Amino acid sequence: MSTLTLVGLSHHVAPVELRERVTLDADAAAQLARELGDAVCLSTCNRTELYVVDGEDPLPALEQLAGEPLDGVAYRLQDDAAATHLFRVASGLDSLVPGEGEILGQVRDAFEAVDTGPLLDRVFRQALAVGKRVRSETAIGESPASVSSAAAALASQVFGDLSGRRALLIGAGRIGELAAANLSSRGAEIAYVANRSPRELAQRFGGKPIGLDEIPSALGDVDVVISSTSAPETILRAADVPARRRRPLFFIDIAVPRDLDPAIQQLDGCFLYDIDDLEAVVAETLAGRRAEAARGEQLVAEEAERFRSWRASLDVVPTLASLRAHAEEIRSAELAKVRVSDDERRTLESVTQQILNKLLHLPTVRMKEAAAGAHGATYADAVRHLFGLDDE
Amino acid sequence: VIELLFWPALLGYGEAALAYASPRTSRAATWGVRVGWLAQTALLALQAARADGFPWGSWSGSLNLFVWLVVGAYLIWGCRPRYRLLGLGVMPLAAALFVVSRVGGGTRTGEHAHYSNLFLVLHVGFVLAAFAGFTLAAALAALYLWEEGRLKRRAADILRLPPLATLERLTWQTIAVSLPLLTLGLAAGVVRLREESKGVDALEWLTLGTWLVYGVFVVARPAGRRAAYLALGGFALVIVARLALSAGHFG
Repeated sequence: MSTLTLVGLSHHVAPVELRERVTLDADAAAQLARELGDAVCLSTCNRTELYVVDGEDPLPALEQLAGEPLDGVAYRLQDDAAATHLFRVASGLDSLVPGEGEILGQVRDAFEAVDTGPLLDRVFRQALAVGKRVRSETAIGESPASVSSAAAALASQVFGDLSGRRALLIGAGRIGELAAANLSSRGAEIAYVANRSPRELAQRFGGKPIGLDEIPSALGDVDVVISSTSAPETILRAADVPARRRRPLFFIDIAVPRDLDPAIQQLDGCFLYDIDDLEAVVAETLAGRRAEAARGEQLVAEEAERFRSWRASLDVVPTLASLRAHAEEIRSAELAKVRVSDDERRTLESVTQQILNKLLHLPTVRMKEAAAGAHGATYADAVRHLFGLDDE
Repeated sequence: VIELLFWPALLGYGEAALAYASPRTSRAATWGVRVGWLAQTALLALQAARADGFPWGSWSGSLNLFVWLVVGAYLIWGCRPRYRLLGLGVMPLAAALFVVSRVGGGTRTGEHAHYSNLFLVLHVGFVLAAFAGFTLAAALAALYLWEEGRLKRRAADILRLPPLATLERLTWQTIAVSLPLLTLGLAAGVVRLREESKGVDALEWLTLGTWLVYGVFVVARPAGRRAAYLALGGFALVIVARLALSAGHFG
């Protein structure tokens, strides 16, 4: 039977200095997989893993990339253990942030980049299905896992659907931009961009560029304010925020030192979250993700058992094929001895075929069940002996 | 048979009231609500089958019907984990009122019906349904105020709750649906008064005042905390009216 071997490095066992040496882009990963034979190379910023069926040992290839021996660092798993590991990876259970969604697409891309044999085809297809199942049957991917996504989730917490909501982006900090992109992806419009040089940023988000002194007048026209400048002083004071009667105003201050006056939080209809608050939200939701990960592990265990049963059933496939061929040979030979009309022959063909199928159905099912229960080889030997299949 | 239906209903409501306290058991709580409500539905159906008129004409009987309506309204959005805290407010109240109804004899069958007049049946039915809706709206408004306070205090677990805008919308929608029911109930009552040539008493003025408060709410559609306070103010009138119903109308 074919053997599935996995050799890899991940954030669990290797520091970033080592991981960055073995990380490959999509083309280089596919090329390496082809060189190894029936193989898939999964390479992301947190892991590089080689899944190989039968072919040569993939460890030297990984060591060549690392430029050093990897004994004791790289992990090596085989067959069911390798499959279970891949299921956990595809589900995001092995990720730095449990349940992160990007890894499923990366597994799909790695798989689709190469032509694979039946074993890798089966294990990767099942891994993709497991990944989807864990995401749909648990809440592992629902809560935000980063400060920028937490900011957008909090805005949704106030306004519900963000479609039609307008935002003001102050400054060009990276997390602020990511938060603005997250808001956009939830349907909000970046209506204004305020910065010392706002034009470039405004073009990127399609908002109107305004100067920092125009911020107070723009507040009446927006629902969300994201601020992430590197200014040492307060950009917006509570006294400059206009009164809100019907619509709330949500402020996200990602800057350190803070851009927004903390007294804004005391204003009626105004909510203010700073970087510490956002990090507390992320920490809380990560705890929730870990709880959901336990349910995900159960689903992975179920799927791993299904894979094991499927793989075990392969033990008896050659015997079943021989048995069916043997029966078919007898049926054809006996039919050839009969002299009948064409119509009668067609009827006989149909009837004998049905008899053969019914006779072989139960033994086929029982042998596959026995294979799943680790008795496949015993049954296969018995069938080969009883029907003289080895003599052929 | 009544015992066989009352206790599962109370057990379901009681289990839900306790199980909503923890997110881990909120799924079991929702099943408690479902099972309890089905058992109470069967109980009410049995009461209706064995009565010779409107079977919930006594104060305790009307309380039984009121609990069923409140839980039924809650079931509409009670199945979602994010509304667990709403269940934590509604279900203990429902369980307690159900027990009070039982103690007052409101879950018995074969009672003599106080009301058989169709107008009165409509009057009691519509008013109770409207009061149930207002109760749920008040719970939603209270949840809104509580969550807004959590947002102001920047609570880290805030994402487990329903969005503020959703709570505000649901409060308005619940009142917008309940107000026409109250209007129909009041109209039926006025027709009855005319038939009997009676004047409007204090309770009826109070109910008209309640109608006015909720009418303003639906038309003006206030936002934020003002909306929540107005919904709770209207509910305070509902509580007074409900108590007066028990003491006055049902004798």
